[in-house]
Amino acid sequence: MARRHKAQVDGATGVPAALLIPAALAVVFLVLPLIALLVRAPWSTLGSLLSTPEVRDALRLSIVSASLATLISLVLGVPLAWVLARSQIRGRGVLRALVTVPLVLPPVVGGVALLLAFGRTGVLGAPLYDATGVSFPFTTTAVVLAQTFVAMPFLVISVEGALRAADRRYEDAAATLGAGRAMTFRRVTLPLVAPGVAAGAVLCWARALGEFGATITFAGNFPGTTRTMTLQVYLALETDPDAAIALSLVLLAVSILTLGLLRDRWLVRQ
Amino acid sequence: MSLSAHIVIQRGALPVDVTFEVQPGEVLAVLGPNGAGKSTVLRVLAGLARPHFGQVRLDGTTLDDPAAGIRLPPHRRPIGMVFQDHLLFPHLSTVDNVAFGLRARGASRESARAVAAGWVARMNLSDHSSSKPRSLSGGQAQRIALARALAGDPRLLLLDEPLSALDARTKLDVRADLRHHLADYAGATVLVTHDPVDAMALADQLVVVERGRVVQVGTPVAVSRRPRTDYVARLVGLSLLAGMAQGRSVVLDSGATVQVAEASSGPVFVAIRPAAVGLYRSRPDGSPRNVWPATVAGVTPYGETLRVDLDGQVPLTADVTPEAAAELDLVLGTGVWVSVKASEVAAYPA
Repeated sequence: MARRHKAQVDGATGVPAALLIPAALAVVFLVLPLIALLVRAPWSTLGSLLSTPEVRDALRLSIVSASLATLISLVLGVPLAWVLARSQIRGRGVLRALVTVPLVLPPVVGGVALLLAFGRTGVLGAPLYDATGVSFPFTTTAVVLAQTFVAMPFLVISVEGALRAADRRYEDAAATLGAGRAMTFRRVTLPLVAPGVAAGAVLCWARALGEFGATITFAGNFPGTTRTMTLQVYLALETDPDAAIALSLVLLAVSILTLGLLRDRWLVRQ
Repeated sequence: MSLSAHIVIQRGALPVDVTFEVQPGEVLAVLGPNGAGKSTVLRVLAGLARPHFGQVRLDGTTLDDPAAGIRLPPHRRPIGMVFQDHLLFPHLSTVDNVAFGLRARGASRESARAVAAGWVARMNLSDHSSSKPRSLSGGQAQRIALARALAGDPRLLLLDEPLSALDARTKLDVRADLRHHLADYAGATVLVTHDPVDAMALADQLVVVERGRVVQVGTPVAVSRRPRTDYVARLVGLSLLAGMAQGRSVVLDSGATVQVAEASSGPVFVAIRPAAVGLYRSRPDGSPRNVWPATVAGVTPYGETLRVDLDGQVPLTADVTPEAAAELDLVLGTGVWVSVKASEVAAYPA
């Protein structure tokens, strides 16, 4: 019924040419590069291209580091989202703005900022190095830090939205049943916002996987320790374009999978 | 196990100031129109809202006393609460919802489950033990919500419009169940409702609240026989008039005089049942002592009869049969004569 109704409206009014042409151009512009990637893909040698040790190292590093970054984001970001959504603390608006800066900051700038904070001569890095001899830059830890920096805001925003949308009266009900705040959070609030946390985690992981600018700036480009998939793609484009295309295909597949996981939340929205 | 409460709290522009006591085993209904501040009172008792002034004591323990800086948080209060739309946790099974409070208060998983299963069985819903709340009907969910509130053996049970989200048929069943469980319950119960039928059916004592104030207190029978505000009078289906009594005559504020059955003096309320009011096209000539002219201000169906609102020096409501209404040509603005026998008019001190 609904579909027929919609079709009638479209048929009757159509889309004005003034909108149709730019809209079609936009679609072509957005889809053509992806088609090019598929058309030019070296399908026959794909297996061998993706099974070289460098590629496997990069793939493993990417998956491990993105997963660690997501884990850190969950552990730190969910409580932060709760503070933003529920607490009465002063300057919450400012806090939220600060937390979301990494969303709009050019990743390279993020990498520079991370160097200035955690680098061997950084604000925090220098005393840490003097005290323990530990230094982050150009290590796998740095890759994880860079990815966490750019990806955590996605999780925080998603979970904060879910917390704001959740019916707080369930928490009232839990309190009248004798549940303190910790138990209420663990057994009521968290399960209620679980879909939001899951969506935030998927977005966070996808963003971490695609990280390039902050990683190359802060962690460098060392095979095995800091050379992630995205860095490998960039590098391969210079030396072995077919390998670059193959790697890009893998990342494209991961992106589409991510969209699939988020489908219920985003794509079905009318 | 008695509750005594004096609660003062500002709710938006409405100052709420109510005082009441509930004895163990007793059900107190807080009855009032929507927006009267009833639910706010319940939230204070639960510890979910802070009173600005007053004192709430349960069995000698102070739950709230803002002046002394005392406020027991909700999860430390020995209470159970049922909400209008049940608020069963959607991610937990029926039995785990009922076990939640027991777990929160320190019971082991096994013993909480066992007690909860017993409660689910008492509600005749054992078949639904492992179902999620969304697969329960409204009535079933509200029964489980009651079991969840009672399972922790609270000393104070709070019911916030527990029946108003249910359809008419279910409401009857759940009301009967609720009555049954309240009879078995040893603690104090505070029921908040805007439905006089719920209040009359379930409560031992009524507190009527309007605009944040207590306007009438008493047993359901006393309140329904002798309403003291237009709101209560309308709820119980009586016409309420105010005046000064002198012997068997009451002079209303409008100047009209009403003859009543029993002599009294001073300011009184006069209550008249709509069924006791007779309507005539011309001035009746007979035994009724009270005869006044009036104008029809409204006619609405009311069960088998029509309820006629009358304007005039003595504003009244009359119940007439549809046949009589047709015969009298009762439409808006029709002039009629009204008569009421003095023996049908109750007067009581204002």
